Amino acid sequence: MKAFKDVDLAILGDPTRKAIFERLARRPSSVGELAESLPVTRQAVSQHLRVLKEGGLVVATPEGTKRIYRINPAGLAAIQAYFQNIWDEALTAFQKAAEQTATDPEQENRP
Amino acid sequence: MTSTGQLNVLEGTATVAMTPERAFAFFTESFGRWWPAAYHIGTSEMADAILEPGEGGRWYERGVDGTECDWGRVLAWEPPHRLVVTWQINGRWEYDPDPARASEIEVRFTADGPEQTAVTLEHRHLDRLVDGKAIQDTIVERGGGWSTLLELFADTAQSPS
Repeated sequence: MKAFKDVDLAILGDPTRKAIFERLARRPSSVGELAESLPVTRQAVSQHLRVLKEGGLVVATPEGTKRIYRINPAGLAAIQAYFQNIWDEALTAFQKAAEQTATDPEQENRP
Repeated sequence: MTSTGQLNVLEGTATVAMTPERAFAFFTESFGRWWPAAYHIGTSEMADAILEPGEGGRWYERGVDGTECDWGRVLAWEPPHRLVVTWQINGRWEYDPDPARASEIEVRFTADGPEQTAVTLEHRHLDRLVDGKAIQDTIVERGGGWSTLLELFADTAQSPS
């Protein structure tokens, strides 16, 4: 059984692709719905979805005339990408907060 | 990339203009000040997140309503260079007290210059969360899979900080 496919973490390195992944994590959507909420064309959304799908992060299911995209529930790759996203954000936040503390003398004596 | 079980070890890095001593102290003592408030599991908004010093210390959040939710425990407390904590949050974003189902986060602080420290984070044993079936159960029971599971998370992420 091939339950796990190595995920290329660079897949979420693109900010638009990451935004699409996060939106799908929130709610399964069609290409049109995604394009409406993002400052990119439908065509661009489709291209990003193809990369996400090939990476095993999302799956598409036909619903009527549309295809609905959702996070791949069987994909451990998606779990992995999801956690990686948390750490990237957390460490970026840590670095920013540390920069502020290091440059703000009023913070020096804070416990 | 190394792996334990099925899932790869996740890695992250940050560089801060501080000595390792200060970076370790800032990371731990001010945890609630820098941790993105969107990432929490309690039902009420997160007021603070606390990483208790010393081996066996609690890692938890406190909600605005005063309730507390555990995230994990401190496994290794070696200031200023190393910190290991468990991440015991299951697929329903609840604390799982069974250490056999705990994933681990190791953070290292390495001097990278006189006033510079490289902070590297490693999240391993993610497979234990999966083997613990919590994540898969959520997917099966709720049908909505990750979309349902991540809803809570997304809701908090959307709320104004």
